[in-house]
Amino acid sequence: MRELKIFAIVAAFTLILYWGVEPFAHSQMHKHVEGNNLVYNGKVDMEECAADKKESKKAFWDDVQKIADLKGDPVAGEGTYAMCMGCHMEGAVNMGGVTPPSLEHAGAIYDKNFLIALIKDPAIATNVDHTYPNGTMLHPMGSISTMVTQPQDIANVVAYLQTKKAGEVTPKEAFTEACGRCHANRYGGLTQLGEIPKTKSNIKTGKDLDRMKYDQKVAEEQASLAEYLGKLPPDLSIIYRARSEHFLHTFIEDPQSQLPGTAMPRTGLNEEGMEKVLAYLEETGDSSKQQREAVGPYVLIFFIVFTFLALLWKKYQWRDVH
Amino acid sequence: MAHFDEKAKPFSHQWLNDRLAVDTLKRVLSTEYWIPKNINFLWAMGMVLAATFGLLLISGIFLLMYYQPNVNTAFDSVNYTIMTEVGYGWLWRHIHGVGASIVFLIIYIHMFTGIYYGSYKKGRELIWISGMLLFVLFSAEAFSGYMLPWGQMSYWAGMVITNLFSGGSLHADFLVEWIRGDYVPGQAFLNRFFMLHVLLLPLAIIGVIVLHFGTLRIPHVNNQTGEAIDFEEAAELYKAGKKKESKVIPFNPVFLSKDVFVMGVYFILFFYLVFYHFEFAMDPVNFDPADGLKTPAHIYPEWYFLWSYEILRPFPTDPGLIAFGFAQVIFFLLPFLDRSPNVAPAGRRGMFNLWFWLMLVDMIVLTFMGKLPPEGIWSTIGLVAAITFIGLWVALPIITKLEKKL
Repeated sequence: MRELKIFAIVAAFTLILYWGVEPFAHSQMHKHVEGNNLVYNGKVDMEECAADKKESKKAFWDDVQKIADLKGDPVAGEGTYAMCMGCHMEGAVNMGGVTPPSLEHAGAIYDKNFLIALIKDPAIATNVDHTYPNGTMLHPMGSISTMVTQPQDIANVVAYLQTKKAGEVTPKEAFTEACGRCHANRYGGLTQLGEIPKTKSNIKTGKDLDRMKYDQKVAEEQASLAEYLGKLPPDLSIIYRARSEHFLHTFIEDPQSQLPGTAMPRTGLNEEGMEKVLAYLEETGDSSKQQREAVGPYVLIFFIVFTFLALLWKKYQWRDVH
Repeated sequence: MAHFDEKAKPFSHQWLNDRLAVDTLKRVLSTEYWIPKNINFLWAMGMVLAATFGLLLISGIFLLMYYQPNVNTAFDSVNYTIMTEVGYGWLWRHIHGVGASIVFLIIYIHMFTGIYYGSYKKGRELIWISGMLLFVLFSAEAFSGYMLPWGQMSYWAGMVITNLFSGGSLHADFLVEWIRGDYVPGQAFLNRFFMLHVLLLPLAIIGVIVLHFGTLRIPHVNNQTGEAIDFEEAAELYKAGKKKESKVIPFNPVFLSKDVFVMGVYFILFFYLVFYHFEFAMDPVNFDPADGLKTPAHIYPEWYFLWSYEILRPFPTDPGLIAFGFAQVIFFLLPFLDRSPNVAPAGRRGMFNLWFWLMLVDMIVLTFMGKLPPEGIWSTIGLVAAITFIGLWVALPIITKLEKKL
């Protein structure tokens, strides 16, 4: 009994210590941000932006909702989509700092209202309009507003994306399309230009010329990204362990909420897109999870049996000592 | 020349006995190394520490086979090569990380057990001092190891801690540069901390562990009431078969059987943490690669250094460094600052009992405040706790001098 009392005291102090340096300290150190359930309606934007911009933002997002209420025609949308393909194509090149992403699964991973907003005004939709003091037309995709002008056209092209570009998407594809133009993931073998190609060294010189050329292309792409965004966006290989899942979720949903003024655009992921992107980050950042969960129970069972046998031995050794 | 039995076959018992005195060694170190019977599970913490050190050593050897002490590759060799490519590399790393954190929890329990039961008093001073030496060596080992993954916290903790050696107003920058081998932490810095972590400090730790065990042999282990036992007399009783009447038990197998049981319970907890709750031992900030151009918003040491960090932080630079220096050495002096002749649990020592619990709570408060940002009320609480810490040590000789003899 006495031993149990002592154990209770030791355990209590240990738990208090743990509470203070882990949950309590972290709750005090980090700003708590509530997400918006992946609903993109400008609510957070209006809360965060300068006072003189509130009205125009509200009008913008009201218009977005009006377009969302229209019935889109995917067949008519396909024609409009041809315009998008001028930039968002296989083998796209860097335009104004960034390479236009593939839209192959755009309908599956992005939110409908976000897509509408993006076509109306990409800078406002991604909540980085504060970085364009000379007008959001200067956004690399800014010219879209002169190309797709009618609300019905926007509704159509979004309907097209949501029916024809909404196939099954893997976590890796979701990451590549939504994040991979700016963020590398070296543990996943991804650069800003996509998957690192397989190349061979020249057996006589030991040099891999193709890889060197590829590395140069990556370096050039990174240089224009850094120029465009102010710094090179971090590699996301192990970001899953560097930030909490809640942080990543709320940050991806609205980067400004966690890091005011950041150049990172909102990517407008819907529930499926967010789930897939986080799954990929977990895959590269915490690759041992499955193995851990498979081995853990056996190790614990071993030590429980070990402890039980040790108890029997102890009882045997102490049988005539007391 | 000693006598050697001509007929003894090589490596037979007699042969070994003639050359190595195995029977005597076994008797002195194990079967007739007497331990008081009146103990509780806290007396097993020494063996738990030895076992944890063993786990750290073994897991460290495996990690050493793949770790690369190079500023460009260190981070990925830990986070990618070891965690992804090496079979069970993740297991060794998590054992090493969790072990490094938990070993300090056990050290603190072991220390406070010693303080509570007065196990540092007359005759046992060297046990305490060698133990404190181990604490310092483990701290250096933990710090140097923390540099190796070369993450943001490695880099910035390295920056902050080495800066301490400039001595505030003394501006001994040459000393800081000498320690770093550079103006800022870089390749030379990483290499030398790697050497310290995998060679010099473990060697020193092993040496001092042997010394620590050695210091125990003559004064013997203390017991729950602090009673001065006549070990020879008690041993005779035990050997005569009067095990119930004797106050002692042999280390092997009686004491050891209890140790092994306590270790079993500990291993269940330890491996639960390794598999299901290792995050506490691996700070998220250190999963961002070192970047000398990006200072993290909050820089704090691992939990086991927080109390002494908080003694440094609330004061201006120079008094802060002095207070910090004070905190580092003062525990060494405990056997001499406690002026009471009583060897008894704190619970029976009046004012000292209050001192003990205040010290424990104060160090926990310091630990909490050491992690929180030094702002507003947290700074004030930290300052009060730091002053209380110093005040308690100043009061110790006085209250123990006044203590009535039991």
